[in-house]
Amino acid sequence: MSKIMVSAQVNGDTQQFLCDPGASLLDALRDELGLTGSKEGCGSGDCGACTVVFDGQMVCSCLVLAAEAEGRTIATIEGVAEGSELHPVQRKFLEKGALQCGFCTPGFIVASKALLDHNPDPSESEVRYWLAGNLCRCTGYDKIVRAVLDAAAELRQERVSA
Amino acid sequence: MNAPQDKASFKPYRLVGTRPVRPDGVEKVTGKAIYGTDHVAAGMLHGAILRSPHPHARIRSIDTKKAEALTGVKAVVTGADFPNLASLEIALGESSGNIKTISRNCMAHDKVLYEGHALAAVAATSSVIAEEALALIEVDYEVLPHVLTVEQALAPGAPVLHDDMFTKGLDQTPTTPSNAALKFTMGRGDPDAAIAAAHTVVSGKFSALAVHQGYIEPHACVASYNADGQVQVWASSQGAFMIRTLCASILGLSQADIRVTPLEIGGGFGGKTKVYLEPVAILLSRKSGRPVRLAMSRADVFRASGPAPGVVADLTVGADADGTITGVVMEFKMLSGANPGNDTHSGAMSALAHYNVANCRVTGWDVLCNSAATAAYRAPGAPQTIFPVECCIDELAQKLGIDPIDIRLKNAARPGDIGIMGVPAGEIGYVECLEAAKAHPHYSAPLGPNQGRGIAGGTWGNYGGPSTATVNLSEDGSVLVTTGSPDIGGSRASMAIMAAETLEIDYDKVRVTIADTSSIGYSMLTGGSRTTFATGKAVIQACEEVIATLRARAAGMWNVDVSQTEWRGGAVHCLSGDKAGAELTMGAISAKAGFSGGPIAAEVALNAQGYLPGFGVHICDTEVDPETGHVSVIRYTAVQDVGTAIHPDYVEGQMQGGAAQGIGWALNEGYVFDKAGRVDNPGFLDYRMPVCSDLPMIDTVMVEKPNPAHPFGVKGAGEVPIVPPLGAVANAVSRAIGLRLYDLPLTPDRVYAVMQSRQ
Repeated sequence: MSKIMVSAQVNGDTQQFLCDPGASLLDALRDELGLTGSKEGCGSGDCGACTVVFDGQMVCSCLVLAAEAEGRTIATIEGVAEGSELHPVQRKFLEKGALQCGFCTPGFIVASKALLDHNPDPSESEVRYWLAGNLCRCTGYDKIVRAVLDAAAELRQERVSA
Repeated sequence: MNAPQDKASFKPYRLVGTRPVRPDGVEKVTGKAIYGTDHVAAGMLHGAILRSPHPHARIRSIDTKKAEALTGVKAVVTGADFPNLASLEIALGESSGNIKTISRNCMAHDKVLYEGHALAAVAATSSVIAEEALALIEVDYEVLPHVLTVEQALAPGAPVLHDDMFTKGLDQTPTTPSNAALKFTMGRGDPDAAIAAAHTVVSGKFSALAVHQGYIEPHACVASYNADGQVQVWASSQGAFMIRTLCASILGLSQADIRVTPLEIGGGFGGKTKVYLEPVAILLSRKSGRPVRLAMSRADVFRASGPAPGVVADLTVGADADGTITGVVMEFKMLSGANPGNDTHSGAMSALAHYNVANCRVTGWDVLCNSAATAAYRAPGAPQTIFPVECCIDELAQKLGIDPIDIRLKNAARPGDIGIMGVPAGEIGYVECLEAAKAHPHYSAPLGPNQGRGIAGGTWGNYGGPSTATVNLSEDGSVLVTTGSPDIGGSRASMAIMAAETLEIDYDKVRVTIADTSSIGYSMLTGGSRTTFATGKAVIQACEEVIATLRARAAGMWNVDVSQTEWRGGAVHCLSGDKAGAELTMGAISAKAGFSGGPIAAEVALNAQGYLPGFGVHICDTEVDPETGHVSVIRYTAVQDVGTAIHPDYVEGQMQGGAAQGIGWALNEGYVFDKAGRVDNPGFLDYRMPVCSDLPMIDTVMVEKPNPAHPFGVKGAGEVPIVPPLGAVANAVSRAIGLRLYDLPLTPDRVYAVMQSRQ
């Protein structure tokens, strides 16, 4: 079975890779591009550990074929920080103790940033429903929700002062 | 109201009780941390495992010739490649295990005992080829009848899983094999007479289904076997030394030849205290001469790795009119899956451990069936046995017209009480938890229509055990702490806090490494809520030894007796002689260590004694939809005696996460099997764990009653919080609908059926 050549924008860089026709975007990110921050918890779109932003849409990268990435723009956990400057969502996860094992954390951070990019002032309930596709088994979600609400407040403050 | 009793403000500590960012945090929020399937070895092959489609079958033959002939396949192994081991019980931390059983759970020999039981494995140049090769393996099965419930497993003439297993603990030695592995009885006094004479008696038959630990990271490892017999294993596990011990025993290797590197672990909760893949990966690597990765799919995780046992339990409780519990008789049966379990003893010992009961008899049975061999799950055995106890106490409170916290206070175990094992209780804090729960605003908040409030208590024994830690001083005086305890939820932070507190230096002057098994001395696995207690003790003692060395070096430099030095503020101070008042910092001494006796370091290997049990009380408000029976948890508060919280964020996190898992057990979770005995819900869509929108904020109250046997008072916090939720949720729903509920999970159809039974 011959491989497919794919060219895509990944975290701002033009990337080319070869993939099997049946390979998922998650497989390509992890195995071809070495971006192992996106995790496979289920392979069926139920846990959200592989969440990436695909042409502006939040998706489970395990449910996208790698070949579908041709010409598309993809943002992964590795692109959330600006160089060595953490994004406020990442910083609040640390300050609030919003991770324990950390395995689901990349997916939660990508999803939370996507929420705040759409909705700068979400209610607790909006945060909970937006993140309902991301499973965390360690935290009971309490500190995650607090971290996202805190990051939202900080980002709003930054916008006001800017 | 997060942690209103956080006592950091009036503790004499500088760092203990504060909430600094964890040392491994940035790696984990940026996606850099390396977990099980993130590790790559040069030349690595991809493995895949053939698993049984039948819950119970004899393997007549396995033909692997076609698979071996497929281009790209580099190795195939079956049970025949495993050494044929005699039954041998080996010590494994808190419990023991039979090495033959453990080996055959990794790879079946003559029989498969559950759907998903491994029976062959392939290593190939790609995972696609490995999967293709699995399809070419021909297995001739003789399908056998299977058992999946306690009733089926113990029925006369039931198919027996192990024809060499005879029930242990019976008065008369049995002559026929059975699916009952063990009967265990404990108690004191005359409970039958006490119940017969009781003012009020309540009883019930309770059940809970088997549930999975549900860690988000599936099991994964890479193994590399070299021609000289030395092996490297990289794995996501709660115990790198556990992997070393078991792989050496199963494969007949020297332990010193196996170097296990713990990768970051994506959750475990007790489920990563066993080996499934590692011995198989080593054999595939030995045959192929190349490193091999093995990883489970999510369906593999559900079918073949460790659920917690389901339970059926009969309980009778007798009490005086004032609520004093006079007698308890309990008999429970744990459904341990394909191999003897470890939860029967701990379940029996936990059931009444939070109450002072003069007359009681607890009988536990360990029953086998054709589902995956169970593994530890957070306070293993305790949720299943304490759930019925807390429900019966709630009913007793209702019948006697007593407040549910007051009736628990009346019977609560207190320091000095003689427990069922004949040992007096130490500085335990159940009473303080009950009092804190009663004082919490949640407890007196008004309830709306269709709402109910449930209370439940619980306990877990915690553990100590062997740990090793080293502390090395860098030349600039910064500090490197190394342990062998995988960090599953923030323990690097607690080690750094305890080291910095002891050394009286800044938190970020300390960096913590979790070392491989060839780079640090033996440490029992991360489990039993032991790491901050036991490994923490080793770290603190190693820091104390480093301080003693620094004082001796400074005394030598000042030419005074060491008694004329003092450790203060991270430096040695001279108390007498012509250098009186002089100060030498760690950096100053360390920079010259080469001239004063060599590098400064300490290693402490200990068996931590003096661990104490933890106690919790949870308050749960539920609302029941009268039209559907759907239950919503609308408010939740967890109160727990944690000893001292070293890093309160991660103690609260344990309480919140444990509560959420317990709520899942109570409301949604459970294994479902089809008629052929196959798991019907082996994925997160159908095995429904709580998601963010299912839960409210989980308020936490840390009651800090220090453990005198730990320098900072640590008791261990991780397991207790999964114990009370089953009873708290069931009691809340029972009070909301005015009828008792006995069977978990409380799915809408079950709750609705009970509500309909009223008419």
